[in-house]
Amino acid sequence: MRMIRCFVPGLLLCLLIGLVPFAQAQNDDAAGQALLEALAVSSYEAKGEAIESIITSGDERSRRWLDELLDGKLQRHKDTGRFVIVLENRGRNWPVIDALSFEEAGEMSRRDLDRIGINNALRGQLQSALAVLDLYTDDVDDRRDAARELLGSVDAAMVEPLRELIGSEDDAEVRRLLEQGLAIHRLNEGDIEAIAELEGSLNSRVRAALNSATQSDDPLVADAASAALLDIEQKLRINSGLETLYFGLSLGSVLVLAAIGLAITFGVMGVINMAHGELIMLGAYTTWGMQQLLPGQPGLSLVLAIPAGFAVAALAGIAIERGVIQFLKGRPLETLLATFGVSLILQQLVRTVISPLNRTVVSPEWMSGSLMINEGLSLTLNRLFVLGFALVVFACLMLVMRRTRLGLEVRAVTQNRAMARAMGIRATRVDIMTFALGSGVAGLAGVALSQLTNVGPNLGQNYIIDSFMVVVFGGVGNLWGTLVAGLSLGVINQVLEPWVGAVLAKIVVLVFIILFIQKRPRGLFPQKGRAAEG
Amino acid sequence: MWLSRPFRERSTQLFLGVLLAALAAVTFLNLALPADNPFHVSTYTVTLLGKYLSYALLAVAVDLVWGYLGILSLGHGAFFALGGYAMGMYLMRQIGDRGTYGDPVLPDFMVFLDWDSLPWYWLGFDMPWFAFLMVILAPGLLALVFGFLAFRSRVTGVYLSIITQAMTFALMLAFFRNEMGFGGNNGLTDFRELLSFDLRSDATRLGLFIATGIALALGYVICRAIVASKLGRVSVATRDAEARTRFLGYRVERFQLFVFVVSAMLAGVAGALYVPQVGIINPSEFSPIFSIEVVLWVALGGRGTLYGAVIGAILVNYAKTVFTGVMPDAWLFALGGLFVLVTVFLPKGIAGLLGYRFRGHRFKGRHSKRRSSAPDTSTSDTSTSGTREATA
Repeated sequence: MRMIRCFVPGLLLCLLIGLVPFAQAQNDDAAGQALLEALAVSSYEAKGEAIESIITSGDERSRRWLDELLDGKLQRHKDTGRFVIVLENRGRNWPVIDALSFEEAGEMSRRDLDRIGINNALRGQLQSALAVLDLYTDDVDDRRDAARELLGSVDAAMVEPLRELIGSEDDAEVRRLLEQGLAIHRLNEGDIEAIAELEGSLNSRVRAALNSATQSDDPLVADAASAALLDIEQKLRINSGLETLYFGLSLGSVLVLAAIGLAITFGVMGVINMAHGELIMLGAYTTWGMQQLLPGQPGLSLVLAIPAGFAVAALAGIAIERGVIQFLKGRPLETLLATFGVSLILQQLVRTVISPLNRTVVSPEWMSGSLMINEGLSLTLNRLFVLGFALVVFACLMLVMRRTRLGLEVRAVTQNRAMARAMGIRATRVDIMTFALGSGVAGLAGVALSQLTNVGPNLGQNYIIDSFMVVVFGGVGNLWGTLVAGLSLGVINQVLEPWVGAVLAKIVVLVFIILFIQKRPRGLFPQKGRAAEG
Repeated sequence: MWLSRPFRERSTQLFLGVLLAALAAVTFLNLALPADNPFHVSTYTVTLLGKYLSYALLAVAVDLVWGYLGILSLGHGAFFALGGYAMGMYLMRQIGDRGTYGDPVLPDFMVFLDWDSLPWYWLGFDMPWFAFLMVILAPGLLALVFGFLAFRSRVTGVYLSIITQAMTFALMLAFFRNEMGFGGNNGLTDFRELLSFDLRSDATRLGLFIATGIALALGYVICRAIVASKLGRVSVATRDAEARTRFLGYRVERFQLFVFVVSAMLAGVAGALYVPQVGIINPSEFSPIFSIEVVLWVALGGRGTLYGAVIGAILVNYAKTVFTGVMPDAWLFALGGLFVLVTVFLPKGIAGLLGYRFRGHRFKGRHSKRRSSAPDTSTSDTSTSGTREATA
């Protein structure tokens, strides 16, 4: 929310804080009409007084009136003088409700309505007044927001009432915020002890107050304020470092998810699958399709989309393996071209069958929002989920490759196909299973990606080059290498971004990898021993 | 002289004959016949054919490295686009003060971006000889640096393909940036004249078509000369058995570098001829997809034949023109299908289908019989081993 600092007449708030808790319901329509009538004047000064009288009236409806006034939705009918609240101001006729009874009042032509205009000073007055009103609500979150809003706008008249409020408040966070509000006020008065209370707070208004205190005439206060400020800035730097790291890991987890399937098909099997990106896209579209099947249940459909996305992509992978790749064994460059053709066909298929436009996948509620670590640092939940998902997928894949019969057979076939066959392993079957596994993981990546970006026909194309880079950088045939490479490339990208911009950061990373491959052609973690002889 | 050797080959004679006859025929049909004659070739078609011919030259350049050196470059579009940009910069400078903003020196997009002087790398592009030199040198230099690093480290096979793709992708991202000074998203366009010939006049367009045809003929002859020389034989040996060639005492990376740079220069020339005919150059020419498409032309025509590359380029692009005009949605299906069909069922391309066996191809002997359809699998039989020797 945009914060407009304002000076709130102290008397008003003092009165208000005293009055509100004890106000009796006075839902008298005539009195209400009179209160609103006072707003319909052109002078902003008179409007300010009218707002004051609304606040002090103790009318239960005043909260809603002020809210709507702030939004410009409180309007007056030109002819009848009736006050209404506009629900939606689109089109020619607007649906309205009556401002006194809050009952539906049909539609009114926008030509018949007069908006009650406010200016910035009034807006500030309204916001502070609403914040104070909100300090008395039952909802803890609303109280916290209100207390945060009051930071920096506490004045002498409010000190006493706020003290009382702190005494009766049972939420510690609200108490802390109110104390800070008082401390800012005391700091402005030149109280050096207030600085100790403000230390370590990351709130921008606290910083602003400390900043102005450094200009104080009292050298002691100025010094203490700058010391506190320095401390806060240190914390902020750590915070922004952590944030960069988080975004980097998040980007890295996306890269890992996109590349990990490729690490199996390309790294372990040695098949260049340029259609890998399109398998990711299929996974994302499966999520979208699931949501179309189960409208209104984004959470359930997302959970169901995980196995479904895996299955769809795995089946598509099997089709590609059987239809194209098996004929091109031992001819990697031809495989590259043929699967590129497959990727074009899949893209166009989606464009023709579904739509060339992007589709939006709704995020379930438990994935939206963010996790507050402290006032300067919050982690968006959907990215946190994707990060966790990537790690889980990676762990499962490691388990499959290391602990199951399939994994053993896959490793046997890649190391020595002829010998593995001689030992009774059906190599063709293993090929199919491995390719299905790698493709299925691509589908999982698609499910995760649908939560971060729009789902469109070009979704996969954007990731294919990055995915290959991650696999090659990490060392072909090495799943750990893919994990480390993906995460570190993500972090490098995010660290570079503030210096050189997003596009240049990507270019720098690409050039870095190109040069890196010259130096270490087998990646970060080259395979050793017999596997390296491949 | 080594350059004259190709003229003694029957395949080259035939190719040059067909090409020159086609040039003469199109010129005649365009100039001599009235516009309402059914056999009249319109100037629009001439320009279209000129575009195909510049693509064909690019395909020849790709075939030189893929067919005879075993390097599948997925980044030749970058060399093509660099040549195109060099030409585009010259054409931009020729606009002079006739641009929308009327600045005598700065191109329109620089005025728009509030630049007050030309960046240093734009200097000299008002002189045609310098610009034409850069058409060859800029891609050549990039290929030299890139190839030097890659071949010295013995990055081959799939790895090389992927990093060439990364190279053109990085360049595409870079050229999309306005700050680069190459017109960003919109690229360079609104050209007026080339060597003071009006680019919009029919005569210039026909001239450009003929020039492209001649450039293609020259490029073809140069490639054939390289291929038929001892150097060409060493590069074919590198393609078929890199390690063995190295053990025989050849500095494989030098041969690779030379051929790669020549190929990049040819691609640059193709780009420079392409730009004035199409009238625009923008960063999409750098897109990895375009480069892969070029490889498809070569694969369809038949790699390792050079004339196959020309046939493939013209056929695919003709099909593209027809398809995108009649049913645009089907084009990507057709293109994707072509990729699959050609690699699975037609590994030798159209040239292989025709069954021609010209003298110049006898070197496809003993070695390629065993693996006739896969001249690029180098020495080993598994796919990820392209860099196997590198760790040795």
